[in-house]
Amino acid sequence: MAKRIDDFIIRENRKINSDFFVLELSGNNYLPLLKPGQFVQVKIEDSPETFLRRPLSIHDVDYEKNTISLLVQIAGKGTTKLSKLNPGEMLNIIYPLGNSFSLPAENSDILLIGGGCGVAPLLFLGKYLKSNGYNPSILIGFRNSDRIIEYDEYAAIGNVYLTTEDGSKGEKGFVTDHSILRDHRFDHVSCCGPASMMKAVAGYCFENDIKCEVSLENLMACGFGVCLCCVVSTVKGNVCTCTDGPVFNIKDLKW
Amino acid sequence: MVNLGISIGNLKFKNPVITASGTFGYGSEFDDFINVASLGGIILKGTTMEPREGNPYPRMAETPSGMLNAVGLQNKGIDYFEKNIYPGISGYETNVIVNINGSYLEDYIALAERVNKLEKIPAIELNISCPNVKMGGMAFGTNPDSAREVTKEVRKVYSKLLIVKLSPNVTNIVDFARIAEEEGADSVSLINTLLGMSVNVNTMKPSLSTITGGLSGPAVKPVALRMVWQVAKAVRIPVIGVGGIMNTNDAIEFFLAGASAIEVGTASFIDPQISVKIIDGISNYLTEKGFSDIKEIIGLINRNSD
Repeated sequence: MAKRIDDFIIRENRKINSDFFVLELSGNNYLPLLKPGQFVQVKIEDSPETFLRRPLSIHDVDYEKNTISLLVQIAGKGTTKLSKLNPGEMLNIIYPLGNSFSLPAENSDILLIGGGCGVAPLLFLGKYLKSNGYNPSILIGFRNSDRIIEYDEYAAIGNVYLTTEDGSKGEKGFVTDHSILRDHRFDHVSCCGPASMMKAVAGYCFENDIKCEVSLENLMACGFGVCLCCVVSTVKGNVCTCTDGPVFNIKDLKW
Repeated sequence: MVNLGISIGNLKFKNPVITASGTFGYGSEFDDFINVASLGGIILKGTTMEPREGNPYPRMAETPSGMLNAVGLQNKGIDYFEKNIYPGISGYETNVIVNINGSYLEDYIALAERVNKLEKIPAIELNISCPNVKMGGMAFGTNPDSAREVTKEVRKVYSKLLIVKLSPNVTNIVDFARIAEEEGADSVSLINTLLGMSVNVNTMKPSLSTITGGLSGPAVKPVALRMVWQVAKAVRIPVIGVGGIMNTNDAIEFFLAGASAIEVGTASFIDPQISVKIIDGISNYLTEKGFSDIKEIIGLINRNSD
């Protein structure tokens, strides 16, 4: 799919809590067909100090409104600057980048697992799966109840299971501690979150012989396969997360 | 209509904007964004005799107005290049230049011989300045004797345009430019990245797997500009300026300081169309200032400050 570089207009910048906000963007051109798992590279204007683009996964797409939503976690100066954008302001993005989550086998019992800002691509993925006749469940984990994102839209897709590290909401612990993983066997897991969490999920899936894809969040400079900074070690050698990924089958990774 | 054409040695460039090695892939990565043929030239990512996996992740750290990288010359080697990449890029109507690297002198010689036979490659950039490999690379470009030897030996086997890419990680870069000129280089390009490092205070570890890496981006531009100015005054061969060029104004500074051409590097990561925008920008600048040829402003500060 041809990559584009376009100015988008901010339609809405919705604060969710102290950590997260959602940017809803609309373009001048009609959106191409986007795939869950793909990401965009966002330029941060007037910020010479943090001059690299920020890779953000596509959180939601509305083709009728011609909008893309990005769920962003405030992590540093770049994302702080993004959090202060107002409706009507422009945002330059390069998109669509990367591969996508694969469609599970028919009638698969699917679990989407997300941790922190890793929940972002799972909304787009969940809606996509739902519209293709699947009924995925969703397991999401956060540090504590103050950091949880609103998950009504996730609940509209399927059962939502929740963990917080301090137990202030949902089950206590990490996503891999949730009882659903002991009580139920899924066929297919799609996962995004911090590397340590994804490695733990991958370990669980290997043990239980569950097909599993993870979406990596490696640091990158370009996003389209030229800087070679975001590599991950795989059975094929070092490959770029931005072009060969960000979604990988855990069987291919040597991390 | 202004003339942007320049020559380096016997090679003509339709304009003086070239993309820097390691920041432009093999060109095709940019086909969605620009017409690659509109560039003066493209320098392909560093090529070695054997395939190289490069350094472990993490290989990149953003620093204020710059970035450190420690890629370590990841590439599939010259055999793969000849067989799988060269046929696809030889159709580009621009100067396609191969950046060659080695661990040993013999690697450089063998690579130069191989690339010399590739009809559609009119030039090599001899990279004796990569800071991210354990053997070779910058070791050649920071020792005058080995810089001399590698340039001399490559010159013997390479008949086309020879550009030597210099390291800024030396006491006096002018000495190395003179050595390159004395040993028959047609041009020098400078600067490669500045050796730097960054520490993550949360993890209490170095930000890069290799601890040190090469700094590029706007942060290095004043250093690059100073070195280009010094070198351009000291040698007769054309100087290609590179280091932190993010926009037209940055490029113009290099021409005024004495560069005959420029390379756009890190900026292409942020704006993959920037090299083309800079070509247009140079044209507009010359028109506004009343010049008709890019060559009129090369080294102009030396005349203006007399």
